Amino acid sequence: MLVRFFLILSMMLGATQVVAQQSSGPLRVTIDQGVIEPMPIAVPNFVARDAASAEFAAQVTSVILADLSNTGLFRQIPATAFITQAVGVDAQPAFADWQIINAQALVAGNVSTAGNGQLTIDMRLWDVFGSVEVGQGVSLSTNSQNWRQAAHRVADVIYSRLTGEAPYFDSEVVFVSESGPKSSRVKRIAVMDQDGANVRFITGGQDLVFAPRFAPNGRSVLYTSYATGSPQVYLHDLATDQRRALGVADGMTFAPRFSPDGGRVIYSQTSGANTDIYTLDLATQARNRLTRSPAIETAPSYSPDGQRVVFESDQGGSQQLYIMSASGGAAQRISFGSGLYGTPVWSPRGDKIAFTKQVSGRFHVGVMNVDGTGEQLLTASFLDEGPTWSPNGRVLMFFRETPGPLGAASLVSVDVTGRNLRYVQTPGGASDPNWSRLRSN
Amino acid sequence: MTMIKWVATAILALSLAACTTANDGADGSGLLGGLNGGGTPSNAVDQSSLAYFTTAVGDRVFFDTASSTISTAAQSTLNLQAQWLQRFPDRNLTLQGHADERGTREYNLALGARRAQAAFDYLVAQGISPSRMSTVSYGKERPVELCSDERCWAQNRRTVTVIAGAVGS
Repeated sequence: MLVRFFLILSMMLGATQVVAQQSSGPLRVTIDQGVIEPMPIAVPNFVARDAASAEFAAQVTSVILADLSNTGLFRQIPATAFITQAVGVDAQPAFADWQIINAQALVAGNVSTAGNGQLTIDMRLWDVFGSVEVGQGVSLSTNSQNWRQAAHRVADVIYSRLTGEAPYFDSEVVFVSESGPKSSRVKRIAVMDQDGANVRFITGGQDLVFAPRFAPNGRSVLYTSYATGSPQVYLHDLATDQRRALGVADGMTFAPRFSPDGGRVIYSQTSGANTDIYTLDLATQARNRLTRSPAIETAPSYSPDGQRVVFESDQGGSQQLYIMSASGGAAQRISFGSGLYGTPVWSPRGDKIAFTKQVSGRFHVGVMNVDGTGEQLLTASFLDEGPTWSPNGRVLMFFRETPGPLGAASLVSVDVTGRNLRYVQTPGGASDPNWSRLRSN
Repeated sequence: MTMIKWVATAILALSLAACTTANDGADGSGLLGGLNGGGTPSNAVDQSSLAYFTTAVGDRVFFDTASSTISTAAQSTLNLQAQWLQRFPDRNLTLQGHADERGTREYNLALGARRAQAAFDYLVAQGISPSRMSTVSYGKERPVELCSDERCWAQNRRTVTVIAGAVGS
């Protein structure tokens, strides 16, 4: 039956196209180094089950579409091409209507609201040419105020089922919002959803701040502030809006990050001309000095298992990347290319280090294997700096600054393959992004 | 500040080719001749003033890329600063280390600390008490010259001696 249908369709559309699509196994977009053809996907407007849900249904659909489109892995089929406009989850779709417009994947959904402010999104994902459902239907309920987060979660389900990758849309980015002239930039710590929505400011702009980093549970942020006149690390609780200094009496502290279990802060401390790496145990307040060279050691980042630390140092005469045990001791240099290497960040998968590279007057964001092999530069510009990993390790976000007196910083994302470079929308200038883990609640 | 003013400031600074920059609000050109090792009083100029220190003594020294070495030009400026500080022993100061925009944020912050400390150590060697001095680094956060070429970067790789009570730069 199915075979006969495909034969008929093949004759109608031209054999090669359809046969190629039919011949594969499960519907899957593969992310690798090769050139990919985005998968054509149809996401008809989610169907409102009640009048109060109509607006939510349209908004939820557009958030899901934007998430999927921004990956560069999917090509949205415009609604004007649809033969059927409304597809809910209650019945199997008419596959022929979607095959004829060459949709490979079809997302069907409903949105409903209850009197208590609950919003429910139902979604089913279909392999159009296989005429089968991909996974089981999902139903998410949340307070209607959190409709965006629920939409991101639905998009995450679609993304994961079609790519085999872990999800990342339901995540946040903490960054530095910039305004004012280059000589006296006003900088504020801000948090937003991964797609640039829901921006809220954490600091007021009276003190110079930079390089915020999320706690693993997303509930607090570390950053460096000049509140006392000298750079010091602060731990800011997002729920209570209270902060405390983690600093020391002498010298400056900066470049903080949490350990993967959230129990420790690793940071740099400068005494006189010398900058070294320290840890602070948040429970015991015990401090531990990890490096002792007279050179600059900074920008530390833990491996996901918490056992090792990658950092930058100029102990060999120029700024390069090193790895040491999380308890300190001998460090092994891993960067050996020409130019300078800084801001290393360990991938959440554990297999890659992302970094900033400065060579021949240009700045690049790149990745290398943990042993320093396999270096790949993903971007190039006057100033590309400070990569951060998406929760699933597939995407990097960094900031790009333009030259000259009117130069400004923007957030940019790029696939770890180097494809799909995109500017992230922010209010005004933005720098120093740090991606949260996938939200857990 | 308008762009035109910045360009004008940059041209002025270049044409003076002196150890001062002209964008700190002082009228720099007339004061340069009054400097003579901090010793010779010049007419109607209060040599204890911050304006005199900034423009006649010279409030900043410059560094090569990625370097915190005190050059001979920087030594001359710091020698004059030391003489001035000895004449006015009630003045305390902060040494502000800066870097140009051609580096990563954390590294440049540490580099600015090195540059501030290099000036600190030099002044101590000239007999200035460490208790009168503090250091702070601004990394690449506070450039004074805004073009994106070596002309401006050379002006931004600096340690600025800010006398207590003066507005920092």
